[in-house]
Amino acid sequence: MEEKQNFTVSVYTENNIGLLNRLSAIFLKRHINIESMTVSHSEIDHVHRFTFLVNVAETLIKKVVLQLEKQIEVIGAFYHTDEEVIYQETAMFKISTKYMYDERIQNKLKLRRAHVVTITKQYFVIETTGFKEDIDKMYDRLKPYGLLQFVRSGRIAITRPKMDISEILLEN
Amino acid sequence: MKTLNKTLTKEKPKTTIKMSGAEAVINCLLAEGVDLVYGYPGGAIMPVYDELFKYKSKLHHVLTRHEQGATHAAQGFARVTGKTGVVFATSGPGATNIVTGIADAQIDSTPMVCITGQVSSHLLGSDAFQETDIVGISTPVTKWNYQITKASEIPEILAKAFYIAKSGRPGPVLVDITKDAQFGELDFSYKKCKKIRSYKAIPKFNIEKIKEAATLINSAKKPFIVWGQGVILGKAEKEFKNFIEKTDIPSASTVLGLSALESKHRLNVGMVGMHGNYAPNVLTNECDVLIAIGMRFDDRVTGNLNMYAKQAKIIHFEIDPSEVDKNVKTDVAVLGDVKETLSEIINLVDKANHKNWLNEFTKLYEIEYKTIIKDQFNPTKNGLTMGEVINKINKETKGDAIIVSDVGQHQMFACRYADFIKTRSNVTSGGLGTMGFALPAAIGAKMGVPNREVIAIIGDGGFQMTIQELGTILQTKAAVKIVVLNNSFLGMVRQWQELFFDKRYASTVMTNPDFVKIAEGYGIEANRVSKRKDLDKAIKAMIASKSSYFLEVVIESEDNVFPMIPTGASVSDIRLS
Repeated sequence: MEEKQNFTVSVYTENNIGLLNRLSAIFLKRHINIESMTVSHSEIDHVHRFTFLVNVAETLIKKVVLQLEKQIEVIGAFYHTDEEVIYQETAMFKISTKYMYDERIQNKLKLRRAHVVTITKQYFVIETTGFKEDIDKMYDRLKPYGLLQFVRSGRIAITRPKMDISEILLEN
Repeated sequence: MKTLNKTLTKEKPKTTIKMSGAEAVINCLLAEGVDLVYGYPGGAIMPVYDELFKYKSKLHHVLTRHEQGATHAAQGFARVTGKTGVVFATSGPGATNIVTGIADAQIDSTPMVCITGQVSSHLLGSDAFQETDIVGISTPVTKWNYQITKASEIPEILAKAFYIAKSGRPGPVLVDITKDAQFGELDFSYKKCKKIRSYKAIPKFNIEKIKEAATLINSAKKPFIVWGQGVILGKAEKEFKNFIEKTDIPSASTVLGLSALESKHRLNVGMVGMHGNYAPNVLTNECDVLIAIGMRFDDRVTGNLNMYAKQAKIIHFEIDPSEVDKNVKTDVAVLGDVKETLSEIINLVDKANHKNWLNEFTKLYEIEYKTIIKDQFNPTKNGLTMGEVINKINKETKGDAIIVSDVGQHQMFACRYADFIKTRSNVTSGGLGTMGFALPAAIGAKMGVPNREVIAIIGDGGFQMTIQELGTILQTKAAVKIVVLNNSFLGMVRQWQELFFDKRYASTVMTNPDFVKIAEGYGIEANRVSKRKDLDKAIKAMIASKSSYFLEVVIESEDNVFPMIPTGASVSDIRLS
């Protein structure tokens, strides 16, 4: 059995309602769990970018990416290993203000390049950006203080290799 | 970026006429050259039907008896003509009823545009009467789909729909139009869609790949071709024939590729796959170069992939990049339009002679003939066989008929034994295996090519899945010939139960109605045959009839289709009994 690994799948598309459904259906058809997903503008005007994180074998992701690319409104689709991308995730933690001056929390914030984004009488909110593992660690450390809320973003990634979307657009 | 922005700015239309969205729909179809639509009216698409009434001299509408029937009829029409089939349905159940036909068209690459009515845009998402999220439902089974909520979108979106359905690897497109968009007014002008920047209909071919393929073919001692529907869809029948004749390569078809090359051509070695011919299946595992042309290595073709043509170099001529290496790893992938790539490669391949290799196919055919075919054509037992019925039809039509088959044993008999002399003569549900396909598909086929004989071969099970379309025949007088091969079983499932489930015939026994009476009830001349001595005459009478005709043939109830590649087995382990 070929080993599974993380792949960041970048899909450049037209901006169309329903496209997310069409793309996720291709993962669903192959019973692939999407670990995270982010949609945003891309570097090109009027072109959107989906960033999926999946954990599968390479032979499989190759096929999936071709099937994604086949969709009419997909301009280009690519997959990259963790080594080929610079990636980050963001997380926010909402914690009761009574822990605000707890020294241990203060230390954790320094350690993880986290910072406080909001303080109210009842709660304060910490934001941190990093690898998934960094955020996992932060989560484990803050959990004992009773997280009022926790949320994390999907992976966002910049690839080291070029993705020549502009060229594809000019060609077609 | 400049060029990019340029393509984004829309050109201003020159001449426009004010009309309603519904009228615009009709005018879009007319602009696309559509003169025939299959459908079923209902609340949310009434504005369009109202316009149909006004335009009935230009655009003919066929009222099927169920929306599924409309889709299969459109598919039958598309398959025999190469044109795009068009379907109208209303929202809610009308829309969900077309899903099977859409899925069928998607997996068999049939160009089809389905237009569904939808509740008014202000009601969307409110669970309104007959509201269903058909765009959501149809997404995984359409090449493209779109919901129109403004009348002004209609011309551009329908132009896109027709372009997408027909170009490249064809497929079904669904356009859902809200009722307010149908009532709304727009300045109509129509411009055909010729390109979409995010969509590459046909990949550019790479001459280096063609050279590599030619080198492999020229050095091959035992080359073997498996062709599929791509040859037909790419209108490359002539180029294909020139190619195989020059290279003298034995060629076998997939189910959907049948009729691209005449059945009796000396290089046509039959059909591959689960119930295909013995020789091409066995020799798949002996060839040294396997050339796949416009086919997708479906599991019913390959059997166990781990034991499929492992000894051979694989060349794959394909229009859809996502099909390359999907199931079978190729050595050389020749992407592009098969008409172009075959026209290129023919100049690079040597004229060859593979007499000895071809003899191996003949030898195995003889084994298949002795053990299976002979007994089908000249049975020793009392009961009629499906094979002899098809064979008799061949004799009467001389292979000139369009054979539309349903799904099951009779389909495999039809595909195995029907003679074809013209392309686009085999219409069947290959990928999806949709029982109930044949009757409406035959109606569509007959309307597509009214001058050709269209014979539907259907089992007693499948017939009853869309039997209501006899009403469409009654109303339209479509001169379809219907042959129901009745073995009072769901035969294919029964065969599997016999072979793999110790004859536990769970829910495969059919208590059938009097089909002849039913056909007669619909005003169709009908006959039933159960004895061999009456078969000839009955088939002659059916072919001689100028109008629609129904023939029920009572078949030996527990006959099996052989050869057969059991699930999980290798193609070369194909069973003769």
